Amino acid sequence: MAQATRKKPVANTANAAVSARIVAQGHFRTLRLGTPFQPRLDALAKTQDWYNWAGYRAPHSLWDEELEYFAIRSQAALFDISPMTKYRIEGPDAEALLNRVTLRDVTKLKPGRVHYTAWCDDEGFVLDDGTLFRLSPTRFRLCSQERHLPWLLDSAIGFDVIVQEETEAVAGLALQGPTSFAVLRDAGFAGVEKLKVFDLADFPHDGGTVSISRTGFTGDLGYELFVPADKSLSLWDRLMTAGELRGIRAIGYTALNRARLEAGLIVANADFTTAEHAIRADRLRRPDEIGLGFMIDPEKGHFNGRRAILEARAKRKLRHVLVGLEIEGNIPAEHAIVYYKKSQEVGLVSAAMWSPMAKRNIAIASLERPYGDTLVEDLWVEIYAMRELQYQKLMKRAKVVARPFIKLDRRTANPPADF
Amino acid sequence: MTSFDAIVIGGGHNGLVAAATLAKTGRKVLVLEAAKDVGGAARTEEFAPGFRVSSVAHVLNRLHPEMVRTLELEKHGLQFARTDFLPSVALSRDGPALMLHGAYGEVLTGASSSEQSAWKELRAQLLRYAGILKPFLSRRAPDLAGMSLLETASLGQTALALKKLGKEDMRDFLRVLLMNVADLLDEQLEDDRLKGLLAFDATLGSHLGPRSPTSLLGLYYRLAGETGGAAGAQVLPRGGMGAVVAAIRAAAEKAGVTIRTSVAVAKIIVEKGRAVGVALDTGEELRARTIVSAINPATTFRDLVGPREIDTGFVRKVKNIRMKGDAAKLNLALDRPPQFGGVDAAGQKGRLVIAPSPDHVERAFNPSKYGEFSPEPVMEITLPSLADPSLAPDGACVLSAVVQYAPYALKEGWDAGKPKFLRAVMAQLEAYAPGIGKSVVHAELLTPADIETRYRMPGGHWHHGELQADQMLISRPVSGWSGYDTPLEGLFLASAGSHPGGGVSGAPGLNAARRIIAMKG
Amino acid sequence: MKAWDAIIIGGGHNGLVNACYLQRAGLDVLVVEKNDWVGGAATSRELTPGFLYSNCSYVCSLFRPEIMRDLELPRFGLQVISYEGGAVFTRDGDYLANYRDHDAHRREFARFSKRDAEAYDGYARDVTRQCRFIQPLLMRTAPDPTSLKPRDLGELLYLGKKFAGLSAEEMALTLRFWTMSISEFLDEYFETDVIKANFALSGIIGTALGPMSPGTAYVLLHHYMGEVDGSVGAWGYARGGMGAVTKALAASFKASGGAIRTGAEVDHVLVSRGKAKGVVLAGGEEIYGKLVVSNADVKRTFLKLVEEKELPDIFLRRVKNFKIRGSSGKVNIALDSLPEFPALPKDSPVYRGDMHFTDSMERMERAYDDWKAGRWSSDPFLDMVIPTTLDPTMAPPGKHFMSCFVQYAPPKVNGRDWTDADRDGFAESVIAQISEYSPGFRDRIVHMEVRTPREIEAEVGLTEGNIFQGELTFDQLLFNRPVPGYAQYRSPVGGLYMCGSSTHPGGGVMGAPGRNAAAEILRDLAKSTSHMSPAHDVI
Repeated sequence: MAQATRKKPVANTANAAVSARIVAQGHFRTLRLGTPFQPRLDALAKTQDWYNWAGYRAPHSLWDEELEYFAIRSQAALFDISPMTKYRIEGPDAEALLNRVTLRDVTKLKPGRVHYTAWCDDEGFVLDDGTLFRLSPTRFRLCSQERHLPWLLDSAIGFDVIVQEETEAVAGLALQGPTSFAVLRDAGFAGVEKLKVFDLADFPHDGGTVSISRTGFTGDLGYELFVPADKSLSLWDRLMTAGELRGIRAIGYTALNRARLEAGLIVANADFTTAEHAIRADRLRRPDEIGLGFMIDPEKGHFNGRRAILEARAKRKLRHVLVGLEIEGNIPAEHAIVYYKKSQEVGLVSAAMWSPMAKRNIAIASLERPYGDTLVEDLWVEIYAMRELQYQKLMKRAKVVARPFIKLDRRTANPPADF
Repeated sequence: MTSFDAIVIGGGHNGLVAAATLAKTGRKVLVLEAAKDVGGAARTEEFAPGFRVSSVAHVLNRLHPEMVRTLELEKHGLQFARTDFLPSVALSRDGPALMLHGAYGEVLTGASSSEQSAWKELRAQLLRYAGILKPFLSRRAPDLAGMSLLETASLGQTALALKKLGKEDMRDFLRVLLMNVADLLDEQLEDDRLKGLLAFDATLGSHLGPRSPTSLLGLYYRLAGETGGAAGAQVLPRGGMGAVVAAIRAAAEKAGVTIRTSVAVAKIIVEKGRAVGVALDTGEELRARTIVSAINPATTFRDLVGPREIDTGFVRKVKNIRMKGDAAKLNLALDRPPQFGGVDAAGQKGRLVIAPSPDHVERAFNPSKYGEFSPEPVMEITLPSLADPSLAPDGACVLSAVVQYAPYALKEGWDAGKPKFLRAVMAQLEAYAPGIGKSVVHAELLTPADIETRYRMPGGHWHHGELQADQMLISRPVSGWSGYDTPLEGLFLASAGSHPGGGVSGAPGLNAARRIIAMKG
Repeated sequence: MKAWDAIIIGGGHNGLVNACYLQRAGLDVLVVEKNDWVGGAATSRELTPGFLYSNCSYVCSLFRPEIMRDLELPRFGLQVISYEGGAVFTRDGDYLANYRDHDAHRREFARFSKRDAEAYDGYARDVTRQCRFIQPLLMRTAPDPTSLKPRDLGELLYLGKKFAGLSAEEMALTLRFWTMSISEFLDEYFETDVIKANFALSGIIGTALGPMSPGTAYVLLHHYMGEVDGSVGAWGYARGGMGAVTKALAASFKASGGAIRTGAEVDHVLVSRGKAKGVVLAGGEEIYGKLVVSNADVKRTFLKLVEEKELPDIFLRRVKNFKIRGSSGKVNIALDSLPEFPALPKDSPVYRGDMHFTDSMERMERAYDDWKAGRWSSDPFLDMVIPTTLDPTMAPPGKHFMSCFVQYAPPKVNGRDWTDADRDGFAESVIAQISEYSPGFRDRIVHMEVRTPREIEAEVGLTEGNIFQGELTFDQLLFNRPVPGYAQYRSPVGGLYMCGSSTHPGGGVMGAPGRNAAAEILRDLAKSTSHMSPAHDVI
């Protein structure tokens, strides 16, 4: 017979990497992971209203989405941000790498500081926005909605730096609201009063450390806490105990989403499509098209997308603009089409609500330039309000207004208010 | 200190062509060459006492006529007559060889008469089709998105040329364009020797076997070249390939180009997104309005520019350029001319090809996919000293061969693999020229790893990047940057890594210079 | 003597689709089929008592939803049951699974490489973009680039516009995508061999190419397409085996008044004065028709069923040059119990999906090297499914039917015809591979059917046993399929049409060739095509 006999391909060599892989096989049985805080969330989840946040089981609400919102604005709200994607970027060239990858000038970000930034592909289209924490001169944490490991690793070619994904290893909590400072102080985090907005510091906790930054996604006084996953429950308990009399409440995303909209903050793949996910070429957005133009620093040296971004500015190739809208009446205009002179379609509302804080009907919308840019008069939104199985079609006037929609002095006040 | 308008990094033939073309417009041009002599892989070097050889590139078949005209190379001693045309000989182990005479087989001998007429038809067809593609060689790859009127017009010309083929011919053209060479040969020819030769030529210098789809393009690329006005013609330049470089160098110097050798560029200096000069490894800095990199594109960006000044996506694209060579070069110093069986005296002076059949070439290709060399390699051999006795001592002979497949990333490493591969090559030679082994005075085998080190060609790839369909035209060297410009203002690319690719043609250098002139760089 | 409006040669899925559409346009249509059953390569056969074998095609992957709807296939009993997963077993005792859930999929990749896990989204985006570009072409007749007819020019313009609508970057990507090998394409996204092998299999199934052959990235699309345009449920098992697809088609055809004759092998097409007049059966019986449509592959149709003198030389030459290379075989196995795979947890959804054992690009490519050398692969690539994990109708209770698609198997062994000993050797290579991952597998085998290209050609009539009725390489796609100048379902013989997978857009149980051919025929007859749904929008 013409055939050679088969070579035996199976070689069962025991090795640690393979064993670790095999141990992890069972993940298919749990499609939505719990975060390290899951036991506490489960205990509080009276609504059992979960959604999928990047593969984690995250609460839309826990007991009452209205009251959860008011916990942010009038008490202290605890929100589990563990599913957020986190990367550790460390090494002598970490600053140079991040300065090349992200828009803002990282050399101006001092250790112990945080800034909100974004990053783009070569064509200047936004890959994501996120927060960059400078933990030390050579160590950073980058937090974002989407995942970027291949991009970061390829960006690191030629830089003396390591990039590691640490989403599962690091748990995160946002503690937001007027009493948040008092809760932290009462929980014994001595010196937390020194944190100015966007400051960051490590504090001892349960034999380890927790890093606390005065940051958040609510436009309110608030803090974010990152802790190794194995110290997460003790942190939760510490905060809940300390905050009992300050009205601390665990909350879900619906409440947070309202607060962020009032604060005028955008969400990737809700208010714009990230370049890595855009299948249709016309969905790509440059920073100037989603209100992030302020991050661009043409003088800081080279960064990804610089050439294309500056060229788009110079050649007026910017086609969209993201604006805040105030809409007459009180009916939320979620996903409404924006018209010019009630007839010409010029854009779409990506987020909208009646703001209980501002007492205004607010929205974030993407418009096609020049509408929303140089032409801001005579804009309308068409609201389809479903009422008892009928659409009430409303054409309401929309005014372009500055974001944030609410401004709270307590967010930045120093020392932080002790409510 | 003299100031220069343009600095050309790399004094290979493309660098010299770019420099000379720029200098002819009155620009002051400086060429920086890291080696002690210019010419890169197109040099003639002494590899054994008294024996000189074209070090890597050894057969001239595609020197671009517009380049020859622009640089007036004929005035600098580069002229070829029909009588110089080198025949191609398909060697046979146990029978007479088959010979293609004139410009790529105007006359075929050693084959049956039916094969001769089949070849005549196929040759005409190949030349016709290659002719359609030929105009692409001497211009930038079409910028399909933002095409200028001129570019649209030239594409229109191609469409017109296509139409001129006639309906059925055009249909065949569109059918076979991306086909594999083996199938086309099987459709039209019978003789394994002829098919083997053509299969070899189509895949020479690429990581493809004759059964790989798109491998026919390699044959078109060859036939789109011309020598002495005849498409597909090939010659052995008197004095070796170095003579071609010498003529280009003479033209460059006459145009006022300054050439500095033994000067390695360490860095391209970038300020505010613009290339403004180069730093040498001695620390010396030289500045110019235009920097032309006539070295490998990956080396240019990875090593000389560095990632900090370019975007991640671009780095990624450069990283993804496939450039792992599969061709080795064998230079033998022989104490007497070898006797290849079944070949007459005229044939011995020709290009002798060991590629008994397309299947054989395919089998030789297989191991290279897995980082192994061919146990029965295929090769093209020349004996340049037969026609040019200056290359070897009296009575002795130089053998120069390009041998495939010798993968750059040999699994066992070339330190261990090289002696084994040399044995395989010599065994193959012995089979076709019995007794050759005993006449070897000195053997020099340059694996792709050696070529990489010696000629600063990453992967030892003479095209500076695989010349396959997905790395051609608008995708060469990387998509979005196929027109010789780069993301850095003031920096241009001019090596074989750019469109249209390698071989001693000078086309990339010429096209790059024209682009720079058009951009007023 | 009766003259049918149309006679369809061959009751494969494309023949039946074509027949249905013609019948529904008011034509009087007869399908003649050489076997005693219809279905062609989409059949379910009880080869051993109690077991239904999907003995050729085994998965409903690409069947166009527009056709299912037009021909009311769900009404006539077609049920498609989706795969629930899939896996490649690795030689180190592990496996890489494909899960439907996006996050589970990512976590599974992350077991092997965190980078690759996060590279998947970018990869999926790029492939989806390519699919969106190609997919609308499936349900359109390819234009003739040498023609100046308004329709061809219009279609060319459509193609040109689609292309011009891309950014420069996308154009380059598209051109690269069409010409790259799946191996090189995957190298640009992933670092882990088994992850690449997992994706590469879609680039080679059914072709006589290896994963390192240029052009295989495009073949990937051919298999990916069904998942793109919201054809939910288009990928899966047909309940009752693949014969259920053609059974539903036949039922739909008969319900609209069509006639089928089985056991009627066509000897040749009746041609008179350059026009097809009907067919002559093997027994000599003549059946007349105003037009004849061949579901057979282009070689069989024009080299066997039509006399040479009826065809122009250039056409004949091109038909002879059409590459139709058997590259695969099937091993269909009846099992007395569900095989166990110790590497795989017992509750894994992978049992209800496709399983593979080729965990590296090199193994896949070496399997192809064997084919090139005229041998079946000693370490073959298997696409193995156990449909009875989801469809108990195909086997007696507790027992199972397993289908192994095997690559590569050459049309001839070392240049000579397959022998029974070869066939057994081929089967052994498959059983041996499975047994390495499933101890005791042999003991579960109740019955086995082995189909090399020889058996596939003999039973189904696919030349050389090529499942796509012709290679899917550039020289045989779009306006080149099956041959330049005749890529619009017509032939040099008046009234003789082609509707098999040899025609654009090619193979797979997709139905598009049959439908597109019907559209062309009805156009020639100046009949309405209003009963044919237009292709779904891609927005």
